[in-house]
Formats: sequence, C-alpha cells, structure tokens
Amino acid sequence: MSKAQTLLDKLWNDHEVLIREDGTSLLWVDRHLVHEGSHHAFAKLAARKGEIAAPDLTFAVVDHYAPTRGRSNIENPQISRMIDTLRSNAATHGLKIFDLDDPAQGIVHVVGPEQGLTLPGLLINCGDSHTSTHGAFGTLAFGIGATEVAHVLATQTVWQRKPKAMRITVDGTLSTGVSAKDIALNWIAQLGIGGAQGHAIEYAGSAIEALSMEGRMTLCNLSIEGGARFGMIAPDATTFSYVKGRPHAPKGANWEAALADWATLNTDSDAEFDHEVHFNAADIAPTLTWGTSPDQALPVTATVPDPNQLEASKAAAAKAALDYMGLIAGKPLISTPVDQVFIGSCTNGRIEDLRAAAAVLSGRSAKISGLVSPGSALVKAQAEQEGLDHIFTNAGLTWVASGCSMCVGMNGDLVESGKRCASSTNRNFRGRQGRGARTHLMSPAMVAAAAVTGTISDVRPLLKGRTL
Amino acid sequence: MAGWSTHKGCMITLSQANIDTDQLIPSRFMSVPRSEGYQDYLLHDLRRMADGSLDPDFPLNHKTQASILLAGANFGSGSSREAAVYALVDAGFHAVIAPSFGDIFSSNAVNNGLFPACVNKADWKILNNSTGKVQIDLTAGTITIGNTEVSFTIEYSWRIKLINGWDDIDLTKQHVSEIAAYKTLRHQITPWAWPARVD
Repeated sequence: MSKAQTLLDKLWNDHEVLIREDGTSLLWVDRHLVHEGSHHAFAKLAARKGEIAAPDLTFAVVDHYAPTRGRSNIENPQISRMIDTLRSNAATHGLKIFDLDDPAQGIVHVVGPEQGLTLPGLLINCGDSHTSTHGAFGTLAFGIGATEVAHVLATQTVWQRKPKAMRITVDGTLSTGVSAKDIALNWIAQLGIGGAQGHAIEYAGSAIEALSMEGRMTLCNLSIEGGARFGMIAPDATTFSYVKGRPHAPKGANWEAALADWATLNTDSDAEFDHEVHFNAADIAPTLTWGTSPDQALPVTATVPDPNQLEASKAAAAKAALDYMGLIAGKPLISTPVDQVFIGSCTNGRIEDLRAAAAVLSGRSAKISGLVSPGSALVKAQAEQEGLDHIFTNAGLTWVASGCSMCVGMNGDLVESGKRCASSTNRNFRGRQGRGARTHLMSPAMVAAAAVTGTISDVRPLLKGRTL
Repeated sequence: MAGWSTHKGCMITLSQANIDTDQLIPSRFMSVPRSEGYQDYLLHDLRRMADGSLDPDFPLNHKTQASILLAGANFGSGSSREAAVYALVDAGFHAVIAPSFGDIFSSNAVNNGLFPACVNKADWKILNNSTGKVQIDLTAGTITIGNTEVSFTIEYSWRIKLINGWDDIDLTKQHVSEIAAYKTLRHQITPWAWPARVD
C-alpha cells in the first residue's frame, strides 16, 4: 500500500514534471496571473527576446495601480504609464486582460476565483505574495518574484523546493461577530510572523468547513503574514457549488471528470504533518493589530501591551511599534480614536465582507471618513443590486471602484502621516498605507464598528438585533 | 548576472527584527525601470527624514561602502516585490546574514546574486561582536572575520546558482522535451485543467 498523503503531497505530485538530484522540483503551472507590477518580468523576457510559452494560461489584471476614482482621465502620468505598459505587454503576447473598463475587472485574487480561472487541483502562480488566497479551493497557489514570473512566462513551469507540511485545525463554532479574519490574526499572533516559514499550511476542522468560500479565501490569503507561502483547504461541496457555472469553469463532460478528480483532493486520514496546531473557534474574539507587524494582534477587549512585560525578543519591536503607532502601554485598545476607515482589498473585499460591514452600518452614521472599494467590479455590481452602496454612502463613507487601493497605496489612495486607519487589509507594516500612516488590521465588521463610533470598538454589541 | 564564490567586504548591522519588504523599498518607488537603479530607495523611509535628507543616526548612512548586511530575524518578510532585492543589490550588497528570512525574499535574493545567509543566534552574536573585514566563502560554507569563523548551511542548488550566476530559464530549456511530454499527458488526463472558452 502506498504511503498516506497530505493534500500538499497530492497537489505536488500532480504537478511535478521532474525532480532534480538536489531535491528541487520543476512544477507545471496551470494558471499564471500577471498585473501592472509584473513589468520587471516582461522586461526580462523582452531582453531575451522570449515568447510566452502558454498565453492561453496567462491572464492579465489591472489592479495595483487602478484608480478608484476618475478613471476616464488619469491625472498621474506614472500610474497611466504602469497601466499602459501592462496593456502593451498583454497585446504583444496575446493575453486576455481585465482592463479598467472590463465589467469583470478587480483585484487579481478576487477576479481569478470569480471567473472560474481558479479551480481545485490546479497550480497557480502570480507575482504577488497573497496568491495563497487561491489555495482556498484546494489549489497549489503561491506568490513568486519577478525573476520567477519571467521564468513562468518563458516556460510555464516553476522551480520550487517542496515546503514542509503544517496543519492548523480549528474546531467548534465561531461566535457572532467573529470571522475568518479573526481566525487568521489569532493564529498569527500565537505563532508569530515567522511561525509558518518554510511550510505550506492546510487549514482543517469543523470551523473551517463551516466557512463560506469568501471566508476561506480570507484565511488562505493571510497565510503569508504568518510566513507561509502556501495556504490550502481541501475542496468540498461548498467549493464545487461556488465554482460551478463560472465563465472559465469546466462544463459538460469536463465538469463531471473534474468533480471525480476533485473528490480525491484531501489529506489521507493517517497522513503525517511536520507541524500541527489546534485552536478552538469558541476561544477566538474579534481581533485587531496594535503594532506594525501582523502578529502584534490582540482581542479587542485587551489593553495595549507593556513592552517591559514582554519577553526580551519581543520587547524592542513592541516599544518601537508603540512609538510609531502613538499608543500608550496599559490603556484599553477600545476607545482609541481612529481618523479614518478602509474596507476592501484581496483579503476582505468580497461580497460577504461588504455585507458584514453594511450590517453594522445600516441606519447609522460614520463619525469619521472612509473609503469602501469592492474587490471587483462584479462585487460592486452585486453590492449595488443589494443596496449596500446606499448603506455606505448614507453613513457618510465614500463608495469607489475596485482595485488594491488603500491596502498598498500605489494608486494614490493613501493615509496621511500620523493618521490612524481601521483597515480590512492584510499588512500593518510601517508606511504600508502611506508614509507615517498608522494601520490597525481587523475584520470588515470591526472596521464598520470603528466608523460608527470613531474609535476602536467591539463590534459585538453593535450587532445586537441584527443579522450578519 | 555574474556569479561569485567568495566575497570580502565591510559589514553593517541592522539588528531590529522583521525588516519587511515595505521597509526595504516603499511601494511608491516600484514603478521605476530597473535600468535607472534602485540604490537610492533602499530602506528609504527608515534612513531619511520627512524632508528627504539622510538621517545621521541611521547606521547605513555612515558606512556607505558596506556590502554585507547583518540583520535581525524575519528579514524580508512580506510581499513578493523583487524590488526589495534590487535595492540591496544596486546599493552594492552581496549578502544579508540573518537568523531567518521571508521565504519569497530568499528565492528572489538567490535569483539576483544576493546571498541570504542563515546563521544561528549564537553565531549572529559572535559576528556582531567582531570587527574588521568579513569574508564569505560559499564553497566552504564559512563567514570569517579575523580569527573568528562561523559556518552556515546553504541549499546545494542555491550555492551552485550563486557561484555560477546561472539563469534558471537557460537551465529549464534543457528540459523542454520533458515539459512538452508532461503537458501532453496532463491535457489527456485532466482536460478540465485548461480554462473553458467563454462564448
């Protein structure tokens, strides 16, 4: 009998073209997603006068520099140039591009799943660390750098050493107001930002099985914030029903064949992991970051940590983070004044995220300004059909078009220096949202709570009598 | 890309942990073509005051000839931006020595001739307490300062790549027939893995 296999083993074996003597594998790439930031890779390919090996498997998306306002007349020449460069590269190589005016434009990690480009059992690469998002479908998906992007363009393969296997099991039921974002911030806070370095994470357990595809994508998206290049979840009926009927999803006999193959994509019951961690869903509270690294996170009910009471290895970083964030040790996180909010990004810009924020904001006014940027034009259309846009604008928030926007600020949507932003995004690094910006990562519902109160707040009392 | 097997140079210490890619190069500089050079953007916001002038207290601003960086844990965590490596390489760095690195940063570094040298914490301290020129020997797996020597482990494939300055695309082209055979087989066995056409 063959050795029991993990989901990682199965996906890896399916894509291994060859393995070198040194243990590095050459893997076949089923989908390659490129964006404006891929310009270095296209330049490398052009320098070699190279062709794209599989243009039919390569898709271009305008997202990192996409203006969220005033698209018909982009004033910043640098932004225009970046978008034009992608257009020109896509045209030269015959790639399908989701351009600014495409009804399916959006953030690459939202567009791929929506279009049925992301399927269980595939290997997906993109020059973006949040490519782990696609692992939510039982996909081997990982971010790569520009040299590797050029390699995939030229060969449709990628060299990769197989990571170690890690399983994070979350059993039980999440409380009201607690979401996939809180599961992620919680495990990253417990294990540290290097806690999963060198590993591929498989998320399992009853709390994971109960998550929607949106929630699973949020969780897998944040794997890299704990150091893991890969995050994945075994596909199930929830996955198949999400994928079915999507534009590029298999149809007819191919659909039936795919379903049969996908049914085998799970970890064998006696397979072994290099590292296993367990959490109880009931123990997880709404969580937010207080510092400048995603593992500097605590339940909303906690107080700002005192660096002097932390272990030595964490104390210096905590002190520097508190200085940057303008927080005082020992004070409650709740009631910290916030200047603005942002709802969007590849982490939390999907329809379920907007619904959760709207559930809190409905019939209420925001005390501070804020931007809501849906993860894609399709999410935007869906939200408008449901009237969510009116809930946001009636509350006083600004409803804009889709892109990476204020998560990374490359399109000009920035937080000013010294301003505090409650944000549904993925990185609270210094300067991430703008030089001197103070970012607190949290779920969309928690961001909405901050908007309504003007301070860091526990969303749970604000959800009384409301359904998420 | 030129390969190297030994390098001797000045070392500079940046001891704080978690120097992420947004610190290494803020995203606003990433649209610059590589041919213009990325050295001025290295750790831009950490080493410069708000008015753009260099912060005299920041270590990197004293020792501008340094080519080896001794850094804290989780160096290069965060995004896949290869520009973080370009900034180091264009500023003249050959190696970063740290207790641990972001996984994507390490791959990007090796692809650009920058050696991410992983050392244990005890050796890190020994290096930090030593003075003088530092020599890194990729073949011997050693870092030497004066009479002090510490060792590192490096994946065989990385060592070969750094020493030869090899480009993966050229190496992979040697396997073109195996890739073609794999593709044919995959298409036969899993036709659903190709994107359905949209009418």
